Amino acid sequence: MAKEMLKGNIAIAEAAVRAGVEAYFGYPITPQTELLEHMSRRMVELQRVFLQAESEVAAINMVYGAACTGVRVMTSSSSPGFSLMQEGLSYIAGSDLPCVVVDVMRGGPGLGNILPSQGDYFQITRSAGHGDYHPIVLAPSSVQEAIDLTTLAFDLADQYRHIVIVAADGLIGQMMEPAELPPMQSVRTNRPDWALTGADGRQPNSIASFYLKAEEEEAFNQKIQNRLHEIRDAEQRFIEYYTDDCELLVVGYGSAGRIALSAVETARDNGMKVGLFRPLTLWPFPEKRLSELTDMVGACLVVEMSAGQMIEDVRLATGGQIPVGFYGRMGGVIPMPDEILQAITTHCRQLKHCEGAFTPLERVNS
Amino acid sequence: MMTTTLNETSTLVYERPHSLAACNTNYCPGCTHGVAHRLLAEAIDELGLRERTILVAPVGCSVFAYKYFNMDGCEAAHGRAPAMATGVKRVQPDKMVITYQGDGDLASIGMAEIVHAAARGENITTIFVNNAIYGMTGGQMAPTSLPGQKTTSSPFGRDTILTGYPVRMSELLSTLDGATYIVRRSLHDIANIRKAKKAILTALKVQMNGMGFSMVELLSSCPTNWGLEPVEALHWIENNMIPAFPLGDYKVIEEVRSL
Repeated sequence: MAKEMLKGNIAIAEAAVRAGVEAYFGYPITPQTELLEHMSRRMVELQRVFLQAESEVAAINMVYGAACTGVRVMTSSSSPGFSLMQEGLSYIAGSDLPCVVVDVMRGGPGLGNILPSQGDYFQITRSAGHGDYHPIVLAPSSVQEAIDLTTLAFDLADQYRHIVIVAADGLIGQMMEPAELPPMQSVRTNRPDWALTGADGRQPNSIASFYLKAEEEEAFNQKIQNRLHEIRDAEQRFIEYYTDDCELLVVGYGSAGRIALSAVETARDNGMKVGLFRPLTLWPFPEKRLSELTDMVGACLVVEMSAGQMIEDVRLATGGQIPVGFYGRMGGVIPMPDEILQAITTHCRQLKHCEGAFTPLERVNS
Repeated sequence: MMTTTLNETSTLVYERPHSLAACNTNYCPGCTHGVAHRLLAEAIDELGLRERTILVAPVGCSVFAYKYFNMDGCEAAHGRAPAMATGVKRVQPDKMVITYQGDGDLASIGMAEIVHAAARGENITTIFVNNAIYGMTGGQMAPTSLPGQKTTSSPFGRDTILTGYPVRMSELLSTLDGATYIVRRSLHDIANIRKAKKAILTALKVQMNGMGFSMVELLSSCPTNWGLEPVEALHWIENNMIPAFPLGDYKVIEEVRSL
């Protein structure tokens, strides 16, 4: 396959089609609507299921129903719509079902705006619904990564019987850049043995998220926790740049991570020993590698398109051993490389002057 | 569980439908959920559908319906059974998909989902059990509670100035073009139970023939939360509920009449 100019939302949709998604349910919301529109054409062409639901609440519950039948199923939305999906996501988690959900994040809270943001980090990574669980969360920083991570999302969902969320932002969804799509996978014809396909020649299957007795509910929760432990061990993904000799480690994901890379490269050109750590999985957060890097660097600078949410995971991973600074923009404002470079410069200067007696610079933009 | 050994001169006249699971239910004595379950199971047996049916249970007293029927089943979020059923059905259009929902589930929290499933002409069947009260949570006012009806959340009687009027779902859904068979029946006596069974059979045939959305509303009793003896509760259906929710065929398209 050759590279072609692709819009992020359409690239994600086509990647899902090529990963063999059999059913898509969604509701229009900017800045992800092109994804739904692409599905409305492609899924029908391929004689697969496309349905525009009456709400995001209905869409995620349609996903729940389709997931019960053991097919690859997905929905997509943006922040306010993703909030409405919390109920269904929790039931899907409580029923041990796989599905893929794309959140093209926008400015909030409330109706907010339609501009790029990373303000859903807490909502997505902490549980995405009530109860004790985490979805797997993948964070692309380019159209190509959006394609690759969408493909991976379906594989991980099936492998772990788990919810996988592709956490993009409005920038990834809306921009066009050259990218290469994978070849078309064939749709699976076999159904897992737990699927609701009619009790023909077997005992009935039932799917529910309901345990009246505390001990049974706890046992089910323990099963989830065991799986999460396995995922935490096996699936921490990240990309690192210039970490061999860096003194300041910038940490950023998605669009913020990509913009931070430009700033890091300029800082390198200016002789500053700066590296970048870019998580690809937001849950499980790549804490093992970040913890190792903690021993090698003097400080971290977290860059986000939010008031600072992933920074809490960075603090946990670095365990209070090094200062953790922050630079972020909110409400749909995209940080420019120059702003990040300035934050990097300020932090580097403090590192050199203070020689270990560093005071963290929280929110240098305030 | 009762077992019966038949000798050569005996004839079996009554047994558990194959589509009902051999288990105890959580329903109160005198509750007509059991009758509704049995009618649905008999209809599924008679049409030979058990092996290709998926039942979507609601939140409410019938939350365990997916365990009480001897067939594939799942348990939806409160009110979302029609959306979940849509997901199941769209992927497997050759299967039979049935939602079983109470009045709080269907007419309050799930109003949007049932209206749009009907509007889309979703080829599913809904069994709507209307007993004018929230049973599982202990007898609160429902969207179908009658004016003046005392419940634990309308202790002075439902005040229509403050809380409005009962929702008549069969009438409401019958205005939608996607709905092809919408009827209301009652479970308060034998004659009406027989009519209810016939309606359920028709509703399932509508789905078998891909004719669109079908619903059978069943007026049902809740002796526990109405504070009545079981027999009194059946009289209460007849004397109080039927005047507010008239029995009848609210939507039967021409093609259904010839089934």
